[in-house]
Amino acid sequence: MFERLGLATLGLLGWIGSVSLFGLRALREMCLPPYEPREVIRHVFEIGWRSAPLVAASGFSIGVVLSMHTRASLERFGAEAMIPAGLAVALFRETGPLVTALLVAGRVGAGIGAELGAMKVTEQIDALEAVAVDSFKFLAATRILACMLALPLLTTMTDFCGIVGGYVAEATVSGMSWELYFNRAFSLVEFRDFVPPTLKTAVFGLIIGTVGCYLGMTTSQGTEGVGRASTRSVVLSSILIIVVNVVLVRLIFVLFPSQT
Amino acid sequence: MKRDSEAAIRLDHVSKSFSGQVVLDDLSLDVPAGTAFCLLGRSGTGKSVTLKHIIGLIKPDRGHVFVQGQDVAALPARELGAVRRRMGFLFQNAALFDSISVGENVAFPLRRHTDWPDRRIREVAKSKLADVGLADEYQKMPAELSGGMRKRAGLARAMALDPDILLVDEPSAGLDPITADEIDALLVDLKEKGTTLVMVTHDIPSARHVGDELAMLHEGRLIARGTADDLDRSDNALVRAFMRAEA
Repeated sequence: MFERLGLATLGLLGWIGSVSLFGLRALREMCLPPYEPREVIRHVFEIGWRSAPLVAASGFSIGVVLSMHTRASLERFGAEAMIPAGLAVALFRETGPLVTALLVAGRVGAGIGAELGAMKVTEQIDALEAVAVDSFKFLAATRILACMLALPLLTTMTDFCGIVGGYVAEATVSGMSWELYFNRAFSLVEFRDFVPPTLKTAVFGLIIGTVGCYLGMTTSQGTEGVGRASTRSVVLSSILIIVVNVVLVRLIFVLFPSQT
Repeated sequence: MKRDSEAAIRLDHVSKSFSGQVVLDDLSLDVPAGTAFCLLGRSGTGKSVTLKHIIGLIKPDRGHVFVQGQDVAALPARELGAVRRRMGFLFQNAALFDSISVGENVAFPLRRHTDWPDRRIREVAKSKLADVGLADEYQKMPAELSGGMRKRAGLARAMALDPDILLVDEPSAGLDPITADEIDALLVDLKEKGTTLVMVTHDIPSARHVGDELAMLHEGRLIARGTADDLDRSDNALVRAFMRAEA
């Protein structure tokens, strides 16, 4: 029993080590020429723009739901005026970044794992190497960088759509004007509530891209392996995002202490 | 036929195992520049693995692989890239990039390794596709092609940079006899222009037509080597049987 547990733990640590080295190598390759701007832009479009409808719809819905819950709580204390600010802080600090990362992990992580896995089993990755193209840089580093660039942009979109959703919910109940709602929403928002949490999603992008690319490029056992890489990309990147988020939140508290 | 004194390709006591199974066992061979060398053998005897060693996709467990005098397994990435730019590789399943058109597959090496204008790249890609009988398929996606057409497109991509060395893995597999003959004629033409060819094939008539030298692999070892006539007269019954099986 203990031996099995020990072996499983060692296996997990070995896997995390391999993925970490893969991610570090990607970060290094991003900084070294030749750069692949066309590929990066193409992937930012694929990852970012094509995820936008999902992210926008989710952000709007979350804004509506958060607004309804916040109202139910604050009404008891006669603090309805705090609803926009409470919603904005909750969205910017945590809900927006985390939800966006998990949505993108589901939509993009699976896609990257499946696409690269299929390329691996059909020898397209070998074919890239055979025409003297660095497959790691061309396929992995570009996708990982694109994830890192797209996540903060998508998070900002989630936040904005969440604010709009909150306004719609609030206006329906209380008839509050957009100007008043907007002013109240940003009355308590500080630099540390928006910028660090939004930028931390670049780390989530690094995780999504790295896990997807690693599992895709190390796929074996044919189409079954491709399916497994796709599923595992979503599961493992989601778990890692949630765990790493704890560390990042703590880091933000340390680096950007509250001014009030 | 051009024959340089130095071998374009030399495998020196190469051994390779996968999961404990020996695929290449102390294999040594050399291919003079400007000649066509055909590697024969039953399925699973290490022919494709040999080609992948030559282009550096697989590293030997033991031994060395020299291409134009350079040990490919020992080269750093940048220098290996320079060696690979002088080689073309046709994969057994063609391995076309399925997210871009057939024409862009052929144009891909040109876009990566030349600074030619787009118009010239497209012209060269179209010309290479025409060489393999796919002049009208530039815009099609790989999924829209038959297996034989994909193979030919893969050959066009392998020829895109006019390589010194062309490695082809079963170029006539899945082709009708007429197209297979056309591909053979194209390979002979390339050889006569000075390209070094290494062809893996099960197609004995094709090997006789294209190859200056034939060799047979069995269980990871070279069991025969020479001209087609030499192999026809081999002492080894397996070699003679393989050479006879050409119907």
